Formats: sequence, C-alpha cells, structure tokens
Amino acid sequence: MHGRPRKATKQEDPAAAAAKSARLRELQSQLLHFHHNRIYTKEAVSVSSKLLEINPEIYTGWNYRKLAFQHNLKEVSDTDTIKSAIEDELRMVEVALRRNPKSYGAWYHRKWVLGQKLVPANFDNEFRLLDMLLKADARNFHGWSYRRYIARLKDVSEEEELKFTMDMINTNFSNYSAWHNRSMLLSNLLRNKVKGFLERENILSDEFELVRQALFTDPSDQSGWFYHLWLLDQTSTPHKPHLVSSWPSDGCNINISSIFREKCERFPIVFCFNQQVDGVNLATVTVNSKAISSEHITWKPLSANNSRKSKVWGAFVEIFNEDFDNSQDLSVEISVNLCGSIVHLKFVVKLSCMDHQEKDGGGSEEPFLWDCLEKCQKLGEIPPNFVSYDWLGVRDESVGEDAKWHLDTLSAEIALFKEMLECEEDSKFVKLTLARLLSAHNSIKPGGDSYFEETLKLFDDLIKLDVPHNRYYRDERSLVLLDQLTSSKDSLVKYCSKCENPSFSYFNPQLCIHFSGLNLTRIGFVERLLWVQILDLSHNNLTSILGLEALQLLVGLNLSHNQITSFTSLEPIKYSKSLKVLDLSFNEIGSHPVDTTRYLCTSPLSHTYDATETINELARENIQIGDFWEAVLLFKSLQLVQLDMQGNPVANERFRVLVEKVNPCLRWLDGKSLK
Amino acid sequence: MEHLRLSGAYWGLTALDLMHKIGSVKPDDVVTWIMSCQDKDSGGFGGNVGHDPHLLYTLSAVQVLAILDRLDALDVEKVSDYVAGLQNEDGSFSGDIWGEVDTRFSYVAICCLSLLHRLRKINVEKAVDFIVSCKNLDGGFGCIPGGESHSGQIFCSVGALAITGSLHHIDRDLLGWWLCERQCKDGGLNGRPEKLTDVCYSWWVLTSLILIDRVHWIDKDKLSKFILNCQDLEKGGISDRPDNAVDVFHTFFGVAGLSLMEYPGLKTIDPAYALPVDVINRIFFQK
Repeated sequence: MHGRPRKATKQEDPAAAAAKSARLRELQSQLLHFHHNRIYTKEAVSVSSKLLEINPEIYTGWNYRKLAFQHNLKEVSDTDTIKSAIEDELRMVEVALRRNPKSYGAWYHRKWVLGQKLVPANFDNEFRLLDMLLKADARNFHGWSYRRYIARLKDVSEEEELKFTMDMINTNFSNYSAWHNRSMLLSNLLRNKVKGFLERENILSDEFELVRQALFTDPSDQSGWFYHLWLLDQTSTPHKPHLVSSWPSDGCNINISSIFREKCERFPIVFCFNQQVDGVNLATVTVNSKAISSEHITWKPLSANNSRKSKVWGAFVEIFNEDFDNSQDLSVEISVNLCGSIVHLKFVVKLSCMDHQEKDGGGSEEPFLWDCLEKCQKLGEIPPNFVSYDWLGVRDESVGEDAKWHLDTLSAEIALFKEMLECEEDSKFVKLTLARLLSAHNSIKPGGDSYFEETLKLFDDLIKLDVPHNRYYRDERSLVLLDQLTSSKDSLVKYCSKCENPSFSYFNPQLCIHFSGLNLTRIGFVERLLWVQILDLSHNNLTSILGLEALQLLVGLNLSHNQITSFTSLEPIKYSKSLKVLDLSFNEIGSHPVDTTRYLCTSPLSHTYDATETINELARENIQIGDFWEAVLLFKSLQLVQLDMQGNPVANERFRVLVEKVNPCLRWLDGKSLK
Repeated sequence: MEHLRLSGAYWGLTALDLMHKIGSVKPDDVVTWIMSCQDKDSGGFGGNVGHDPHLLYTLSAVQVLAILDRLDALDVEKVSDYVAGLQNEDGSFSGDIWGEVDTRFSYVAICCLSLLHRLRKINVEKAVDFIVSCKNLDGGFGCIPGGESHSGQIFCSVGALAITGSLHHIDRDLLGWWLCERQCKDGGLNGRPEKLTDVCYSWWVLTSLILIDRVHWIDKDKLSKFILNCQDLEKGGISDRPDNAVDVFHTFFGVAGLSLMEYPGLKTIDPAYALPVDVINRIFFQK
C-alpha cells in the first residue's frame, strides 16, 4: 500500500499478475479449509508457510500456526521435538520479516512462541536477528520494541542497553529511536537511583555535551533537538510543588458590599500552585475565623477538564450572618500544608453596606457598556484590593542549592546557543531552543526587561522565519508578553482601572483589566490576576480562553472582536460562577464546521455529561438539541444577565429564541432589553 | 489485501459519505455481507468471510453499520461482550484471543463500545491508566509502554482519551509541538521525526492536533495542496505520495484530512470516532 509507483517501472505481464493472485487465493482458501477443519498435518502447515511467505499480513495464517504448534506439541515431552518445532516457527517469522520487516503479525508470532517458555530462548539468535534488522533500518520501531522485550527476558541491565543506544547514536546521530530509548533508560536509572547514576547533575551535564555534538554536526536534523528539549525539561522543572499565589492574598483587606436586601454570604478562596497537585482538602487546608464554619468547605480543582489534579484550586467560604454584623472586621487565618511545607495566610474581611438599589445591576436602566471603561478612573495609586504577583512559596535550602546548578547549566547553554546563532542565523531550532532556555532561566531568576525584549524579538524572528508554524510562535509570544505586562505593579497598573457603575460584584471597588488590542492568541499567568473582576480582552486574536477558569471573582468578560469559533472553547467560564456580563460579539462562532474543542468540554461525546434530561426537556418545547447542543450546555451552567452575540454567523433569529429560553436570568441581549 | 476487506469497506464507505455519495450503495447488500464476516461463536468480526475474529474488524463492522444507520442488525450485547472480554488485567486490550497488546486495540475497543453505548462493560479507569503508561517523554505515545512515539499510535491514544473524557493526561503544548513538527517542507505530514511524508498522516496527525486544539500550529493550506497533489487525476483516488499508486486506504485518509480542514463540499468528520459528525450526533444526541 505504501511506496508503489503509479506507473509501474516495468510492464508486468497481466497474465503473470493474474496467475499470482490466483495462486494467493488458492493458498488462502486451502489455509482456511485446514483451519476450519482443524487439520494440522505437515502438508497443511506447509501451505500456511507458503502463504505467509508471500503475504505475512494474513493474520489468520499466524493464528492457524499457533493452533498447529499447540496441537502438535500436545503431550510431547521430548526436548528435541519441541526445539525443532520452535525453530520451525522462528524460521517462518524470519522469512516473513525479510519480506516485510514491519509485519505486526510476524513480530508477535515470534514473541508468542518465546513467551510459551517451553525451552530456554536462544538469545544469541535473537540478538543476531535484531542486529541484522536494525542495521538495515535503525528506525524500525518493531525491532526496538522486540529488543526491549528480549532484553527484559534475558534480564539485561538497563546500563548495558544504555551502551547499545550509545553505539547506535555514534553510528548515526540521526536516530530518533535510539535517543528515545536512551531518554527512557536514563529516566529509569535516575529515578530508581541505580548505582552509578546517583549524581543526577553530572549525568545530565554529560548528556548535554553528547547532544550538543549531534546538534552542531547537523542542526537541521530533528532527533537531537527533541532530546535537548527533554534535557531542558529535566533542568528547569522544580522538584517540589509549592503555592505561588492566592486570593485573598496574605495581608490584604477585602471589602464586601452588602446590598441592602441581602448580605454577602460567601466568598471564594483560590490557590495557584506551580504545578498540578492533588490532595487539597479539609485535612491539608485549615481555615480559622470567628464567623466561618470550616467543616463545610469543599475544595475543588479549578481545571477545565475531568482531572483530580490541578494547578488551581478553589472553594467557597460561607459567612454566618448571625455571628457577624456590619461593624466588625472579620479576620481569617489559613494554613496550607502540602508537599512538605506549610504556608500561612492572613487577611481581613470588611463588610459594608452600599447604596445600591438591587443586586446584579438590575436596578440600572442601562446595560453594562464596555466603552464606558475608557471613562473609568485610571488607578493613580494602588488600591487595597489590588494585589499582584508575589512569591508565597516556602523556600528551603535544598531548593536553593538545586537552583544554582540549574541556573549555571542554563546560562552555559544560553551562551553556547548565542554563539551557535551567529553561524546558524536561519536555523529555527537554534532560535527556538534559545528562547526556551531564556524562559527557563527567567522562571527561576526573573530577567526583567532585557529578558522580555530579547525573547519577544526571537519569537518575532521565528514568526517570519518559519511561516508554516507561525501560529505556534504567536502563542508562545503571547505568553511572554503577558508575563511582561503582569510582571510588576508598575507595568500592570497601566492596564487597570476602577469601574463602579453598574456594579455586578460584591467586592468593592470593582477592578478592571484592559488587555485589549495586544495581538494576544492565548492567555497565561492568570495566577497574577486572581483579583480581577472585569476583564476586557477585546480586539485580540484569541481562539482559546484556557486559564480563565481560575478567575473566581469575574463578573464581566469582553471577548468581542476575537477568533472564538465555538461555544465549547468557552468551557473555562463555566467555572466563574459570578459571571454576569459576557460580550462575544464579532467572533467566528458558526462559521467553522470543525470544532477543535469538541472533546475538551463536558459533553456526552466524552462521557463527561449525561444530556438525557436536557434533551428531553428541550424536546418537550420542540427544540432539537442536536444543532445547538454546544450553546445549550454552556448557557445552562451560567447565569448571565447580559449577553452580546451579534457579528457571529450563528446568531440568527432561531438561535436568539433558543438563547432566551436557556438563559432565564438574561436581561440584555445584543444591547436590547428583554423584560 | 483480502484479509482486511472489512476495513476496506469502512474506508470506502466513509469516504463516499464524506463526499455525499453514500446513496450509490445498496445498504441491505452491505449489511448482509458484513454480517457474514461475523464469527458466530465469539461475536467478533473477521477481516473477510471465514477469517478469524479480531478487534480491528469488529470496529470496522460497527462503524459501517453506524454510517448506514443499521446498528439494529447487531446483537449488541454479544458484540460488546466480545470486545469487553479482550480487556486485560492491566487495562490494556488484546487484539484477539492470541494476546497481542497495542494502544491501537485500546482505541478500537473504546471507540466500538462507545458507539454501542456499552462503555460501562470495561474498566475505563484501568484502560486509561494503560494508555497513559504508554506516554513518552516527548509527549507522544507508542504501541506498548516504552514504545517510540508514532503518529498512528498517538491518534489511537488521543482518540481513546478524548472519548473517555481523559484528555487532561496529555501535555497538549508538548505533544502539540511534536505533532506540528511533522509538517515538512513539501507541506505534507510525516509519522515521526526524519521520516517521509505520507497522506495517511494527514488524518492521524491532523486529527490528533484537532482533538487537543493545536491544529492552528500547522499550515493547513500547504497540507491541503499536498493531499490534492497526491490525487491520480486520470483514474481517480489518492496515493501515499505524489505519483505513487492509489488505494482506498489513502483515498479515505486524504478525504478525511481535507474534511478536517473544511474543504468545501465535504461533510464534516468527527475527529475522535472517524465517522461523519451527523452520524455521531445522531448516536449521542437523539432522544
């Protein structure tokens, strides 16, 4: 099926071709006859040999041989007979592999025969066959897989197998299969702390030197670059998980406005860790406060997927009204005991009564207007609720010592790659690797403006240099840009304002971020934005809003004039339970039949949601959910008061009717009042 | 290639349906032939009449019946019991009673049972655990634990994880980059580093990228041109590479790839089930 030229290089005689097919059919038909009638004579088995020699893909032939093998050795104890039978099978496999070295059926048959363990395997023979096949094709993954199987069977040490990968790499650097095997073996040896592999840092340094030879020899070959990426990951990933930010954060005061009809009864607590963790629960997190009952706190992973592990965790904390009145400040103490370190947080909650008529901005005659944000009060000074990124993690000595080797190694690599860049200006791999090295270094030791300038420029170069992959580089660039914008209070304050009217939030003042018109294609560094209540991301190039699920205070979100193509990509906002105002106008929802987040949302297709009830409910109102299931499942989990959808191909009249039906709290649709 | 005729039927009929041409086929004839490939004892299907039952062809049978909306022809319990019975202790699946294990078979079993609404017959958590154990340091997946990452295996693993709501096990940026680097200078996609481009990877790599929302990391126009360039404009059909011999396998994957890139005039294909979206929506969203 693969690699046959369209016009045959030599004209094959049609009669000969027909005869060949006829012979094959004849053999196959004979085989099936013997197989169905359980005939395992020597003559019958030899038919299967002839068949499999021509076409080793006829899997029923291999099945037949296994049955014949079992049948003919039943009640046989004579070792010579057994050995001879085994040799016949192994020979058959070798013949088949010469025909097609990638035949799944042939390889498995060999494994099956040896796996019967009737006699000790002839390992010399196995390695001979493997050496021959891997010499002919060093990338034959069946061969490599079989080699791992034989090595385990013979109990060959991983160190010895590591040497073999070295031999293969020395023969030819362009051997991804060998590098893959090497990375796996090394990982095991390091993790299992095998003798000779205890000095992790020395081992990794040696590997950096090894891969460098490959990269300098042929920078256009991919194999070495992927191995280098793995080494980089080993050098930059911190071992220990730790808390990175929280809302409320340590030492802050929260003002909760109690609307005259009801008091705010609960507020969220959010934790962001540096990596995915589990085990955030009542045993590991204690919340101490006069008017809070900590037994009822349920910690949930805030991750737009099905996972028990998450970087972001949150819970809602209830304030008991009887114990608390407006005049008091509520002091709250939290301790987080995870992964061997304890972090303490302390903050104060102030309740105040605001002069608003109704909650949810329902008293206001006007919808929330996004352009009014321009008139918002720019923050001249930092208000008490504004907290940017602060390190909260507990740093013990061992982390500090580790960091030195990491930083030194990364700095050395950075220097080498800058040198390499001078000779290989047009190598995308050199530029990309350098950008990754700089980022890794920056995440351990912030590099400030010079880091941002240098790295943004590298990605700008890559966007022009490697056009087919330009959107990958734009995504990476967006992350670096967001890092820069949120890296300090001074840089962030330029994008912030205070917006009070109308108020949808319990938390006062209502703080807004405008990251508009920045060519952003994706979102990151949300751990620095947990306090944001109103977020303007309009006029960007966003196709994804992954990350926003961490924003538990979000009441207003502007995604207009982006490239959102489906409702399923909005899954993250299902986690912002306070969201009231959503602007989706002028996106591309409805213009793309292919949905790239179809399996990244909760739905029946991924067995993460049982839609039976919803389907039945809508059927009763004569609505076929099929066409709009994505919209229905999204809106049903929100309680929007205001929605803008115009400028999306999906927003026709029929759709508007559906939207009103599934959004019972909706007051404003596309700027028009519904009530 | 007679031993995989049933899969050939799936490739051909799905390609026809994507091109709005399924009407040219007589459903009853197809159904009769498919059912004749079933092994009455085990309930599984063989690649052709008289060939041994195997997971691969059981899935193809269910897929073709799904397209023709003739799943009623099946004894669903019997077929799903056959599939579920091939799950091993460690969560992996054997292709048949002879015990070969491969992530391909995990995908086939999960896809098949899901289409029949019988996923609960297997231990899904363990099935997922096994697939995750085949995850490599480069973010990709191999046939068995330790196996080198290969786009075909990656599709099977990602597809299975998608259907079971388990895509969170994937580092989408890491795998996404490995996958997008399959695009070569000729615009086509290869299956793993330093290998030749091939039209069938237009499906496996492309759909994997779509499932993890990283398809924007490749140049779709260049890929479309590559696929179209692999057509035999005289006799019809698509080959693995320009100017090579065509076959139904590459024709299907070429058309499927074009469908994923919203080529005009084609039905949309579901990236996880490799069946038209209207077929999947009918199976999962109808009352």
